[in-house]
Amino acid sequence: MAHIELRGVTKTFGAARALSDLSLDIADGQFFVLLGETGAGKTTTLRLIAGLEKPTEGRVFIDGQDVTGWGAAERDVALVLQQYSLYPRYTVRQNLEFPLKSPIRPSSPAEIAARVARVAKTLRIEHLLDRKTDRLSGGEMQRVSIGRAIVRTPKVFLMDEPLSALDAKLREALRAELKDLQMNLGETFLFVTHDQVEAMSMGDRIGVLNKGVLVQVGTPHEIYTNPINTFVARAVGSPAMNLMPGAVERGQAVAGSLRLPLEGAESGRPLIFGIRPEDLELGGEGAPARVVDVENHGVEKIVTLQVGAQALRATVPVTLRVVAGDAVGLGWNPGKVVLFDQATGRSLRHGG
Amino acid sequence: MSDLAIRNLFIIPTIVFLIVFNIFPLLYSLGYSFTDFRASTNAPANFVGLDNYRTLLSDPFIWRNFTITAKYVIVSVTGQVIVGFGVAMLLNREIPFKGLLTTLLLLPMMLSMAVVGLFWKMLYDPNFGVINYALGLGKFEWLADPDMALYAIAIADIWMWSPFVMLLSLAGLSAVPKHLYEAAAIDRASGLYTFFRITLPLVAPILMIAIIFRTMEAFKTFDLAYILASQPTTEVISIRLYKMAFQEWQTGMSCALAYIVLIMVLAITNIYIKYLNKVKER
Repeated sequence: MAHIELRGVTKTFGAARALSDLSLDIADGQFFVLLGETGAGKTTTLRLIAGLEKPTEGRVFIDGQDVTGWGAAERDVALVLQQYSLYPRYTVRQNLEFPLKSPIRPSSPAEIAARVARVAKTLRIEHLLDRKTDRLSGGEMQRVSIGRAIVRTPKVFLMDEPLSALDAKLREALRAELKDLQMNLGETFLFVTHDQVEAMSMGDRIGVLNKGVLVQVGTPHEIYTNPINTFVARAVGSPAMNLMPGAVERGQAVAGSLRLPLEGAESGRPLIFGIRPEDLELGGEGAPARVVDVENHGVEKIVTLQVGAQALRATVPVTLRVVAGDAVGLGWNPGKVVLFDQATGRSLRHGG
Repeated sequence: MSDLAIRNLFIIPTIVFLIVFNIFPLLYSLGYSFTDFRASTNAPANFVGLDNYRTLLSDPFIWRNFTITAKYVIVSVTGQVIVGFGVAMLLNREIPFKGLLTTLLLLPMMLSMAVVGLFWKMLYDPNFGVINYALGLGKFEWLADPDMALYAIAIADIWMWSPFVMLLSLAGLSAVPKHLYEAAAIDRASGLYTFFRITLPLVAPILMIAIIFRTMEAFKTFDLAYILASQPTTEVISIRLYKMAFQEWQTGMSCALAYIVLIMVLAITNIYIKYLNKVKER
């Protein structure tokens, strides 16, 4: 149980700047997800909290205590890495026992046995305990490495893309398990991923990182419905938010040949209209559009539309009959439109 | 190039070379080991059965040579493993000029045995040797002292061959994934604990190979011991063998001794390889 705080953290590797002036607050017992592309600085942030790297500038606090100068062992954190990091040549049991047998704070043999048994039960790896780690499948290995993290009770759990090396089915299963685990343990989790679905489905709060800068922090709902800028709008949601440069003229949003109703926005200012695919409507009266492609996803259809030079994507119910080549009327839910300043890309709602 | 051309150009010459210089002498000397042949006389070889082996194995002086050899092997190989592995541990990190430093440290290994022997003879020299001067030992006779001479030879051997152990250890150490050390740090393992639980088990197989090579070589050691000292206490088995064959001209007898040495080296190597496989399996 711990509260993590980063204050003005900058980290450079030689000339490369991995993080710039990052400040972050993770509340006790929170499942916090750091979302970002490869090279955004997610792993660096995590390693700074773990104590595997030292910040170039700024301070790291765990439970209000300045731990900037502390090593990994003193910080009492658990880390699960993408590459599992199981100790080779040992059995699953020996791997799970490893953190408990550390001479810094050794546990009694009875306690070790009890803890290993409890973790094995939680993660359903009891039948694997006496197996060597190189005879495990990817999913089993990742369970063991999660087990090694939870076998002692550290202050913070740090997870660096632990699921990304697994296949889709297993990833879904472990995603749910991890979320359950976090709720049961009630511990602070910091989870790093490039997968926005993971971020949306697991996080209590999400932090979006772009090129070493923390762009937006919020609940999944806030991030999804109210992205702070066009970067976040593109990064979160699948398919991504539709972004159309244009301006408001006489109560209408005008973007290229597209004209749709929009109230209350300042006329003439160059804007980018952002609209989620599910907030676009097909059929009936509206702007004329042509269907380019239809992907059937079972629960919904993703329709790619051409409006003038603009390509837009809309999600519609599977019951809607639409095929490529159709001419359709396109409408939107004006209340869901997010306006971004064309020059800065910032959302007007966030004071852009 | 066709397969046939490769066979004719490379493989057949190699096999012919092996047969003429290795296999044939090996079998020929096996034949001699059952005779009383002496290469210095024209007398025909008489078959004596296992007499040579019986004589050698019941000769207390030969056993003394074996004891000296064993002592030499243990001291020399242990020293090389400690120094070589230790230096490898020191080098296994980011340091400036690492490549250059490693190459320089490998130099002793690349020198000729005879040259190393002469170097160390001078270093050990009681009158102008650097070692006595540096240690302030006055005129200590390293190579003439019957108790010290064997260790002096072993020290030269350790100096020469530690780089070999270092090179293999370095390869093993750099193959240990960095994230394991990080995981161990997170798991709050101490340095010593990490070394014994992670580093050593992962490097053990390759270290074992280094030990096998060095043991075989040390068992057969001749040049260094021959050049550095000529004490009864430094007469390792190869020197005894050399004297028997080329000074006393007991050709048949020396062939038998060579076979005894060969069987011993094979036996020791086999024990190591069994152990190596066990280490690998774990």
